Amino acid sequence: MTARPNPKLQATASRLEGLTLPESGAWLRHAREGALARVEAMGLPIRRDEYWRFTDPATLTAPEPTPAAPLSDGEGEPFAGVTPLRLVFVDGRFDAATSDALDLDGLRIERLAEAGALDLHWAQGLYGALETDGQSPVARPLAALNTAFATDGVLIHATAPVERPIHLIYRHEGETSDAMLHHVLKVDEGASLTLLESGPAAARFNSVLEADLAKGARVSHVRTQGRDHHRRTATHIFARVAEASDFRSFTLTFNGVLTRNEIVVRFTGDDAKAHVAGAAVGDGDFHHDDTVFVTHGGEACESRQVFKKVLRNGATGVFQGKILVKPGAQKTDGYQLSQALLLDERSQFLAKPELEIYADDVKCSHGSTAGAIDETALFYLRSRGVPAPEAMDLLTLSFLREALEEIADERLAEDLSARLEAWLARRR
Amino acid sequence: MAALDNRDEAPVMEVRPDALDARENGLEVREGVDEATVAAVASLGAYKYGFQTDIETEFAPKGLNEDIVRLISEKNGEPEWMLDWRLEAYRRWVQLQEPRHWPLLDLPEIDFQDQYYYARPKSMAVKPKSLDEVDPKLLETYKKLGIPLKEQEILAGVERPESEEPRKVAVDAVFDSVSVGTTFKAELAKAGVIFCSISEAIREYPDLVKKYLGSVVPPSDNFYATLNSAVFSDGSFVYIPPGVRCPMELSTYFRINAENTGQFERTLIIADKGSYVSYLEGCTAPKRDVAQLHAAVVEIIVEEDAEVKYSTVQNWYPGDENGKGGVLNYVTKRAECRGDRAKVMWTQVETGSAITWKYPSCILRGNDSQGEFYSIAIANNHQQADTGTKMIHLGKRTKSRIVSKGISAGQAQNTYRGLVSMHPRATESRNYTQCDSLLIGDKCGAHTVPYIEVKNTSSRVEHEATTSKVDDDQLFYCRSRGVGEEEAVALVVNGFCKEVLQVLPMEFMVEAQQLVAISLEGSVG
Repeated sequence: MTARPNPKLQATASRLEGLTLPESGAWLRHAREGALARVEAMGLPIRRDEYWRFTDPATLTAPEPTPAAPLSDGEGEPFAGVTPLRLVFVDGRFDAATSDALDLDGLRIERLAEAGALDLHWAQGLYGALETDGQSPVARPLAALNTAFATDGVLIHATAPVERPIHLIYRHEGETSDAMLHHVLKVDEGASLTLLESGPAAARFNSVLEADLAKGARVSHVRTQGRDHHRRTATHIFARVAEASDFRSFTLTFNGVLTRNEIVVRFTGDDAKAHVAGAAVGDGDFHHDDTVFVTHGGEACESRQVFKKVLRNGATGVFQGKILVKPGAQKTDGYQLSQALLLDERSQFLAKPELEIYADDVKCSHGSTAGAIDETALFYLRSRGVPAPEAMDLLTLSFLREALEEIADERLAEDLSARLEAWLARRR
Repeated sequence: MAALDNRDEAPVMEVRPDALDARENGLEVREGVDEATVAAVASLGAYKYGFQTDIETEFAPKGLNEDIVRLISEKNGEPEWMLDWRLEAYRRWVQLQEPRHWPLLDLPEIDFQDQYYYARPKSMAVKPKSLDEVDPKLLETYKKLGIPLKEQEILAGVERPESEEPRKVAVDAVFDSVSVGTTFKAELAKAGVIFCSISEAIREYPDLVKKYLGSVVPPSDNFYATLNSAVFSDGSFVYIPPGVRCPMELSTYFRINAENTGQFERTLIIADKGSYVSYLEGCTAPKRDVAQLHAAVVEIIVEEDAEVKYSTVQNWYPGDENGKGGVLNYVTKRAECRGDRAKVMWTQVETGSAITWKYPSCILRGNDSQGEFYSIAIANNHQQADTGTKMIHLGKRTKSRIVSKGISAGQAQNTYRGLVSMHPRATESRNYTQCDSLLIGDKCGAHTVPYIEVKNTSSRVEHEATTSKVDDDQLFYCRSRGVGEEEAVALVVNGFCKEVLQVLPMEFMVEAQQLVAISLEGSVG
């Protein structure tokens, strides 16, 4: 073997060169140093990695972000109808002036930048811990990079059912902004919480959400990503789902030159549920990657993955999903669906829906389809006097509906559905 | 799952001509099958083919180097160009690294220098002119295996009314590194069909071999294919001329006998324009404690309007119940539909081998060409089966269909790994994939790793997979009718596999059903 420079080592070294660990108190410093060691050990992703087969991570790992012009979308804020507690981050920096006070009954909410300066904190057993668990069997170096270098985020500890949702609002202003946020959710036994996220956070955004659900806890997570087109995003969600708890996450993505959303769910107790879903609509040089890994460690848990993508003008959609059923995880019910609607000849859909099963009394299935719009349905609508563009939109919406139905709160689902409709009408 | 479950939308299966033949001949396929199942279940036994033939064998020196490659080439009386081809492959192989880290597989280390690359029964040193001159011990071996080497015999296992002409099957029997003999050569020659060992083809039909060898699986393809290109000792060669429907089924039977010997056979099948051939492949090996390597390459070229059916019943020695010994079956099989409307169909029943690493693939280059893959993979005890297919759609309006049934029992791991790729030019193409896994016991594993790449919009790709255990209700029903537990499982599993069993040629269907039952022996209770 000739001694060629190792691209992985090179990418890692040049990215780490420009970074220094943020000043932190003892508990956080310890977590950051551990994460940095993990990054150095596994190296940042390169295209040759099997897990990055369909998505080129080069711009996500480059020392500098690719500039992206901020776009003022002129649309109102999503989720306004549910009057959430609003927390605003501009280019990854907390904006106290436009945010609500960090105060809500039934929970404790702090900023990482502040709590991190302490020497002891309740989040110390969680921050970076769920991410570490999620590094095996597949490495997720971008998440470890985030644990080491995240500058801010929210730490939420819910002790009771909380009605009012928390909305993290991201705004993108700087053309070369490079943001890293790390959020931690700890939801106690019987407590519940709704977390919303929206907006483009920066030209390049790396985010991690660690959610720890105790027995019988419920978390509902809904986010929209968009609409700045040139932004690049890599997100990770790590959920640890204990006995009889319920975790739901839904993501709607409009555009974005590169988006990689990884969701890692681990069932640690019995009778729990996790539903993760996503809808993505992309036009032109759009690359959208949903990578999901669900591990069934307890008995009689139910997992659902529903991912739908509408692609046109050369857009690329990727789905990598996996259900891993560990030995002894009997009565598992695992379901996985990935579908793409390709609206023109240049778009493509790349999928790898996997099952890995080590228990016999299970029900696991997956389905994956890709194809064009149904000509018969289109013809039917046109024969009823619906003009072709509207008919296309109707069929596109009905295709995405199955994913939107995964959102438990109808008000949120309707809000997103209306936005989707408006987007399609504008892009006609 | 309702939208996906609509099987009616899958490409309509044509009734294949030979299936019609069977019906015209008044054969009650269903009834025959059920009887055979019952018989198989009654005669549940361990690996039947584990015996060893005590025969004097000549070995090339152990290990692999350029001299061994030269020796194999010389023993086969090959021309210079063939030797150069081999040496080039060998030099490339030396540069390659063995793929030791295959996801979901636990691969043992192979010492490539501790193997024999050429073993030949001593009696074959002077090639016998006819089967009458072949060492009776060899003939006895094939008789024990149920393989007819006399032309008046037919394959065992199929009963026919006395009034009927026996169905003929031409056989090329490969024993360790050499072809023992090929039957019905004269009759096939009348139709213009060439069926002989590949070593003979290299001598007799160099132009055909030169043109096609390595054109589907190039010597640089992968580690084991490159190794095979360097050291393949024998195998079968088939050429069907334009417009000819091969008058009988062709079959190759591979037998590993000698110890510490790798088997590297190479099969090349060419179906010229508008021709048809059905090809069967069977394999067995003696029981041994040490793992044996089998790295074969099969290349199939299907020209315009031609059709090839390739069926395999793979029953290499799987190792004992503790996972000791067994054959490492690392095989590269690929077919290319070169012409328009060409069609290829792979059917495989994989029950043997300690490790199976095999992905029979179809390159659908011609417009309107079709590829089909039907597979049953059964893994018991400590077996690992990693198998699937690649459907590469390049031509317009190409169709493919994949039906894979994986069964795991004991502590075995069974993986379907496959690729469906629709290239931008392959417009209006269609794929349907169905992967079902069945688990028997809570210590085994069943995995599905499909890759789907769709690069145009007018094509449709559908994939579905399910994993479940043997249905308790069905078992209970059988048990309540007085069927023993193991037999009941065998019946349910046969039902689970039915879609694939039905597309096998008659001779294999019976054998396959028996194998299904035997492979699962000891997996219940």
